[in-house]
Amino acid sequence: MSAAPRPVAVATHSDPYAPRGLSLTLESAGAILLALIWVLPLAYAVWAAIHPAEYTTRFVLTAPLTLDNFTRAWAAAPFARYFLNTFILVTMILACQLVLGTLAAYALARQDFWGRDVAFALILAQLMIMPDALIVENYRTLSRLGLIDTIPAIALPYIASAFGIFLLRQTFKTVPKELDDAARVEGASPLQVLMKVYVPLAKPTYIAYGLVSVSYHWNNFLWPLLVTNSVESRPLTVGLQVFSSSDQGIDWAVICAATLMTSAPLLIGFLLFQRQFVQSFMRAGIK
Amino acid sequence: MTNRATATIHGWLLLLPAMACLALFTHWPAVASLVESFYSTPRGRRPARFVGAENYQQMLADPIFWKAMSNNLWFALGTIPTSIALALLMAVWVNDKIVGRTWVRMAFFTPTILPMIAVANIWLFFFTPQYGLLEQIIHAFGGRNTNWLGSQDTALYAVTVVAIWKEAGFFMIFYLAALQAIPLNLGEAAAIEGASRWTYFRRVQFPLLMPTTLFVLINAVINAFRMVDHIFVMTRGGPDNATTLLLFYIYQVGFSFWDTAYAATLTCVLLALLAIVAFVQYGFLERRTHYR
Repeated sequence: MSAAPRPVAVATHSDPYAPRGLSLTLESAGAILLALIWVLPLAYAVWAAIHPAEYTTRFVLTAPLTLDNFTRAWAAAPFARYFLNTFILVTMILACQLVLGTLAAYALARQDFWGRDVAFALILAQLMIMPDALIVENYRTLSRLGLIDTIPAIALPYIASAFGIFLLRQTFKTVPKELDDAARVEGASPLQVLMKVYVPLAKPTYIAYGLVSVSYHWNNFLWPLLVTNSVESRPLTVGLQVFSSSDQGIDWAVICAATLMTSAPLLIGFLLFQRQFVQSFMRAGIK
Repeated sequence: MTNRATATIHGWLLLLPAMACLALFTHWPAVASLVESFYSTPRGRRPARFVGAENYQQMLADPIFWKAMSNNLWFALGTIPTSIALALLMAVWVNDKIVGRTWVRMAFFTPTILPMIAVANIWLFFFTPQYGLLEQIIHAFGGRNTNWLGSQDTALYAVTVVAIWKEAGFFMIFYLAALQAIPLNLGEAAAIEGASRWTYFRRVQFPLLMPTTLFVLINAVINAFRMVDHIFVMTRGGPDNATTLLLFYIYQVGFSFWDTAYAATLTCVLLALLAIVAFVQYGFLERRTHYR
């Protein structure tokens, strides 16, 4: 999808509207206040998770620290298996998306052939009709295929991603045609040209799309909930929901620990590679 | 064979894997939903039979459907303007050289990468009556106890707040990118003309952000019909359907009551709503911005 123009290199002028003095102080205070409100739920979850249950709602600085809630959560449900399932799921989806997306994007970007525009329109339809809206029919299709309660069943509706194809098409279009021609003169086949010229040049797009895709499918819930019903296929999000709604009653400390555990890989990744995450989401949206 | 024929074969071979998956999981189910909405749900030995518009008549007479539609409308009206306005405010703040800029930006963006199902658990506790965090804060200021998620008057507001919190930081980054792309000499020119900062924002920055606003708006509208994960954790559509959104109702009808024909009918309504969004986008948005 298109939106804003791409950021351009800005000359080092000073911005006459940059706030100074008192207005800068006020603006900073406002921003920091809103930021504190924004992290409050997460900060609270951390508080509850690292303190004994009796301190869950009592905020005293002398409360003893403990990792007990994490060990109890880990022992109470097969989280190791859920982690493995989610890991397999996001890897499977991303790998398929990249292969299918690269081939389709190459055709759309650099081949001129009969029916191309129709094909592109048909692909873009998925940007509006997201798989979540079609849960009833997709469930029927997958049960006909006999795949219900398997990890591929969670992955299949998502492996052809209009968003990914669109993003890669836009990137491939920026590759200079001369490079393409030069490789062909050297005797490279179309697939070799794709692998040797286009794919390496689109690396930033691949990274951006990969981060967005992994975050999305790590967090996806509704569809995995519907097509899985056993520990062997359930991803983390569904496992967490089963765990917190049935097993634990209202032991908030343990639920908060489990919640943090499921979010931890993405959260740690985000804290370490903040810039890449933000730029990836930005790039993915702007193209 | 001509060159063009070869290119056509190559092109379609490259497209084949992706197109096959899209056809199976997007195009076919959309068409199948439409067809099925004119048939009855097969039950036991009775196969599905053609019933004409009966499912649609049932839908129009279904008070829960109307409840879900109005809930979804209020959810959309609650989330879309607020999250966009907050996103813009956040972007303007983070774009300036404020104190702790990196940390503030990180705080705003963090909800985007957290699983909705996980943060909904935290919010559930936040809203818990008696000893939840919100109750404690209200109590400290001498307020009355409220069962935020258990009352029909407040439950929809509560799930709306969570949705705003989740998506505002995501929209922020698009505004941030667009703000950074505005050439600084526009600001210098405006300053020479003696424009106030508010005038500069209203007359220069905001109009230049229009394509971004439209892009974010389309996303916000789609999200308003897609975000249901937190409903599963926080309210399960209750109390008394006060927080049932359209997609959640489709889930209930299709997978709790197993009335697949009626679920297909509801799916068609959702698809029609999304088609309207697409129509508005292609008629309005695409004419103003272009990608080539």
